[in-house]
Amino acid sequence: MVTAEQRNSGSSGGGSGRIATFPFGDYVVAAAVNGRLFAVALGDGTVRLIDSETLDAESLTARAHGGAALCLAADIDKGAFLSGGDDGKLVRIATVGTIETVAEVKGRWIEHVTTHAASGIRAYASGKDAYVLGKKSAEARKLTHATSVGGLAINPKGKRLAATHYNGVSLWWLATQSSEPTRLEWKGSHLQVTWSPDGDYVMTAMQENALHGWRLSDGEHMRMSGYAAKVRSMAFTRRGHYLATGGSERVICWPFTGGGPMGKAPTEFGGAGDSIVSAVAAHPLHDIVAAGFENGSVMLGQPGQPGAKLVMKANGNAITTLVWNPDGDKLLVGTEGGDVHVADFRPR
Amino acid sequence: MSQTNKDTGAIPVTVLTGYLGAGKTTLLNRVLTENHGKKYAVIVNEFGEIGIDNDLVVGADEEVFEMNNGCICCTVRGDLIRIIGSLLKRREKFDAILVETTGLADPAPVAQTFFTDDDVKKKTRLDSIITVVDAKHIEQRLADSNEAEEQIAFADIVLLNKTDLVSPEQVKKIEARIRSLNPFATIHHTVRSGIALNEILDKGAFDLNRVLELDPCFLHGHAFDPTHDHGHGHDHDHHHDHGHDHHHHAHDAANPLHDSEIRSISLTSDKPLSAAKFDTWVNDVLMGQGQDILRCKGILNMAGNDNRFVFQGVHMVSEGAYTGAWPAKDKRRSRFVLIGRKLDEAALRKGFEDCVA
Repeated sequence: MVTAEQRNSGSSGGGSGRIATFPFGDYVVAAAVNGRLFAVALGDGTVRLIDSETLDAESLTARAHGGAALCLAADIDKGAFLSGGDDGKLVRIATVGTIETVAEVKGRWIEHVTTHAASGIRAYASGKDAYVLGKKSAEARKLTHATSVGGLAINPKGKRLAATHYNGVSLWWLATQSSEPTRLEWKGSHLQVTWSPDGDYVMTAMQENALHGWRLSDGEHMRMSGYAAKVRSMAFTRRGHYLATGGSERVICWPFTGGGPMGKAPTEFGGAGDSIVSAVAAHPLHDIVAAGFENGSVMLGQPGQPGAKLVMKANGNAITTLVWNPDGDKLLVGTEGGDVHVADFRPR
Repeated sequence: MSQTNKDTGAIPVTVLTGYLGAGKTTLLNRVLTENHGKKYAVIVNEFGEIGIDNDLVVGADEEVFEMNNGCICCTVRGDLIRIIGSLLKRREKFDAILVETTGLADPAPVAQTFFTDDDVKKKTRLDSIITVVDAKHIEQRLADSNEAEEQIAFADIVLLNKTDLVSPEQVKKIEARIRSLNPFATIHHTVRSGIALNEILDKGAFDLNRVLELDPCFLHGHAFDPTHDHGHGHDHDHHHDHGHDHHHHAHDAANPLHDSEIRSISLTSDKPLSAAKFDTWVNDVLMGQGQDILRCKGILNMAGNDNRFVFQGVHMVSEGAYTGAWPAKDKRRSRFVLIGRKLDEAALRKGFEDCVA
């Protein structure tokens, strides 16, 4: 059931915009946006829906999972989200008030989910297996890897799925049923994965304090190291000029113009003492990146420029996730302590 | 919960090893069904055998990988990193986590996981490694596999189980054999894995300040606290600077000829040591022979310092720190124990003696 819950905190002001706070109280595991709706998945197994147009209104609570929610994505149609949990369920939550189990992997955890609206693809992963649900197919196509899947990403055109695992990435064509994947190999444990907007670069964050990347057009490798911590978050700017990354005391931005980042130094911006950047999100319309820190600071900056603007500080509360709405005038901030903030940048 | 937990908030993790059929599942079932008022998360390598309602059982795949291009000290369990990361996000918190390994598992990657991953290190602490040994079959196991030997060598606590199936003389003989492989483990004799849980859980075997509880005989202490940085840390420089070969960790088929290879060497000194000399020596030893040294523990009397220096290592991952003061009534005596393969006792003894201030 989806139930409405009264939000028991008002909004607090600051700067040109204002910040609405939702004290959900449990670890914010993941966040997503679908049109005007924000969703967050929490450590208590619920998914909360927030309407970005009416931030003073109540949020909706969907009791999606028996244990903890582990992943979240916008579903392929408007007004709905998919969440995976440690109860082995992939659940669809729709604003109309329905919760529906889309898939179940008994006794396992569903740790990753990603979708591509235009091509109607939904992909999720549990252990070594990734599953692909097409628009029409009722039965998921199962893609098995040698070791557990550490991350999933569909390319911008919606044709290929990247799944990370030990010692590299497997790239699967989504249209062909029986193909073997293209394997991009590099020793180590690969976790999150992302595609550049032009689809030519596949970048992974590793268990080690490093990124690895491949340029598909010529198979060139990229190895980016020197991070102070594990890179938990990375995002390409809207046109792919920069890859902004966490894992350091400043936001590290790798230039992808003019032949890629090979042999070039990254630019940096922001900083909150020795606190580590734990989440980044690229603005949908401008070359602006939002960055969240382990000490709760949230900043906006522009890759290539050293300065940054402090948006807010969630006190002593590490930022776990950041998501922009499609218009880029609201930023959702999720924290380890369970507070969710939405910064509204529209002029008042 | 213990003082340590209160201090750091870190969740204790107990690793359970032992050959197939030794009694691990029986012990797990006891932990999960006994009325202890605590909530455990249990990470098992297979489903099916354990049933519980209050606690959480998670299946794991024992996925081992090498970080930093193949050094054995960086061989870790990626699946554990992910599982523990997710467990820590759950609403209900756990008092402790138990990790069961398969009978053939090498305990080192499990232990090293807790010193290698920042997130795991921040929120959990390795409490101890318990090895369950089947008294009836252990001699055979030791004769035909490296793993049985390794699991004993790694243990902080050994449950010598099924003692009702063998004679008291045999128990004595087996215990002596265990001691020869591992002089610092606490050995409990059990039947059907029956033991008071406070004898085996939350013992702080890797906690510098709690060593006495587990092992009062080891010259007042050993072990380190993985949640604190004592400056030695997990130094990766050796991968790049020393050019030694990291690729000879033998995990080939069981070889009876290797049976007696694991041994322990105990080095002692009544003279105060030079902290600088010891640091140089022990780093050289662990860099050069860390693949063959399964574990080491030491409590050392450093010249010019009234506190005990405690040192512990798992392969090449090591840490040391000054803990409390030497008790006034005790004689200040250094002891350093190494457990491993192919150890050159004379050279190690000489090296240790050269550390005298």
